[in-house]
Amino acid sequence: MERPLTKNIRPNEDPLSLMEYEQAGGYRAVRTMLSTMSPQDVQVQVKASNLRGRGGAGFPTGMKWSFVPMGENAPKQKYFIVNADEMEPGAFKDRYLLEGDPHQLIEGIVVAAYAIQASHAYIFLRQGYGRAELLLNKAIAEAYENKLLGENILGSGFSLDLRIHTSAGRYICGEETALINALEGKRATPRAKPPFPQVSGLWGRPTVVNNVETVVNLPHIVNNGADWFKSIGGINDSGTKIYGVSGRVRNPGLWELPMGTMVSDLIEEQAGGMMDGYRLRAFMPGGASTDFLTPDHMNVRMDFDSVMKAGSRMGTGTITVLDDRTCPVGFVHSLEKFFRRESCGWCTPCREGLPWIERTLQAIETGKGEMSDLDLLTEQCRLLGPGNTFCALAPGAVEPLQSALKYFLEDFESHINNKHCPWKSI
Amino acid sequence: MLTEQEKQEISEELKHCERPEAAAIEALRVVQKKRGWVSDASLRDVAAQLSMTPAELDAVATFYSFIFRKPVGRHVIALCDSMVCWSLGHDDLYKLISTKLGIGYGETTGDNRFTLLPASCLGACDRAPAMMVDDELFGPVTPETIDEILSKYS
Ligand SMILES: Cc1cc2nc3c(=O)[nH]c(=O)nc-3n(C[C@H](O)[C@H](O)[C@H](O)COP(=O)(O)O)c2cc1C
Ligand code: SF4
Repeated sequence: MERPLTKNIRPNEDPLSLMEYEQAGGYRAVRTMLSTMSPQDVQVQVKASNLRGRGGAGFPTGMKWSFVPMGENAPKQKYFIVNADEMEPGAFKDRYLLEGDPHQLIEGIVVAAYAIQASHAYIFLRQGYGRAELLLNKAIAEAYENKLLGENILGSGFSLDLRIHTSAGRYICGEETALINALEGKRATPRAKPPFPQVSGLWGRPTVVNNVETVVNLPHIVNNGADWFKSIGGINDSGTKIYGVSGRVRNPGLWELPMGTMVSDLIEEQAGGMMDGYRLRAFMPGGASTDFLTPDHMNVRMDFDSVMKAGSRMGTGTITVLDDRTCPVGFVHSLEKFFRRESCGWCTPCREGLPWIERTLQAIETGKGEMSDLDLLTEQCRLLGPGNTFCALAPGAVEPLQSALKYFLEDFESHINNKHCPWKSI
Repeated sequence: MLTEQEKQEISEELKHCERPEAAAIEALRVVQKKRGWVSDASLRDVAAQLSMTPAELDAVATFYSFIFRKPVGRHVIALCDSMVCWSLGHDDLYKLISTKLGIGYGETTGDNRFTLLPASCLGACDRAPAMMVDDELFGPVTPETIDEILSKYS
């Protein structure tokens, strides 16, 4: 089985230096691309590979790039931004790629920037990833010294400036238009779309934002081609995916596997199943903003379309398990506390609705809930749902709530009827 | 008053910015690095260097969880309370740390050694329950390892 994205990663060791990375075949994609391919060629290949964005929504990368103005009349200054904000609870895959193989990311950035003819690139890094920052800075310096970044890369005439922006801790910065505002030194509230960033993004210029995992796929697609990329994937989707499992499993962690790997394979095989004495109650396929699924969904394939059909979203592909000895109401309360804290406050339903949801859940969890609270929560799921708010944070916040009300209704009711949490001793 | 070195580090950041306000976070972090937090006086000085009004800069500063506009202790403990860490023992850990240090979330110990803050997901779910002290990540943190971790910080 091929594991292109993680083959260089040695757990608990420093990542490959530039020399080691090149010895392992690194920067071959950049060399080939700059000497034999036009930007259009790269775009065509990425489109043909069916690479879908790994930031959560699965938007086709080639299509995203195709909206960027190209050619003589296009603005000279364009931007490519790597979204390394990774603050969604349950997600920890980008950290692994950032710390594990920084040169792979830089190579991917050069490929993407060349394809859209960007002059400047940024890595938007979350707060608290200090080790990643250190290792990336080292790798970037090596790349500059060796003419793989900066003016006239490898004598090709293509130039690219790459900088890291380290954020100061706010989940909404991961939303791509909020991220752009953050980079401009504004409060990181999202922007209205249209105009889309590809046309008018950072400083009003064409800008593409891609997730870390999306970007690290690019050198491999350039090296091996679109057909190869499809061949290492699954039935519905191309490429490999960094999957993860956390929660009460024996062996929490991350694994690179073909797109479309089954949930049961991840939870039972890779993660070693539940810890002794615990049973699987439910799981979230890819982070805090994805609907719960249940043990009935163990045979769902983890690709964007299959998880959608099962009633959730693949999101980041890092599964969170909820065990049978953890209170689902408390679990959802913890989730909504996160979203309430991280709401940017820009639009009313989210700013006002999330604190209300959190207080209601807390009341239920502490035995002070009423049956009418369940209607209130259901109503809030609608009010904060798609189309009613300025960005996708609020709809993401109510996805797990609506599915919790569906799958754990009995637990909500017993909290209310018995006036205490059954998981806590009286 | 900003020190010469602080001013210089901020100027260095400004060189790479399309417009001065784009260096807001970097500049605030320069100040916070030595002083631990950003006082009103520092905020005004930084704003002047970035050609922003203090209110504009404060709007940005207060947006972020890790730009401190109030004094913090010598070390900041950020304890993850998001769902994975919550389900793997956050509440007990919080109670333990809080009892040991005699402070709750948002508070600083009398000797100014620690400030305790709740943190949104630290991206270490495979190491839950996780926490950071300053720039260092710990996990899985257990009641047994807490003392050892805290004792590293004076
Ligand atoms: C509230 C919110 C937070 C987000 N956080 C992230 C993030 O941390 N990392 C990320 O890659 N995408 C995040 N996204 C999705 C981005 O807006 C964007 O779709 C993504 O970076 C595009 O990359 P891709 O096309 O490569 O998937 C977030 C979206 C929302 C609404
Ligand atoms: S939905 Fe929430 S996070 Fe998004 S713009 Fe509205 S207030 Fe901000």
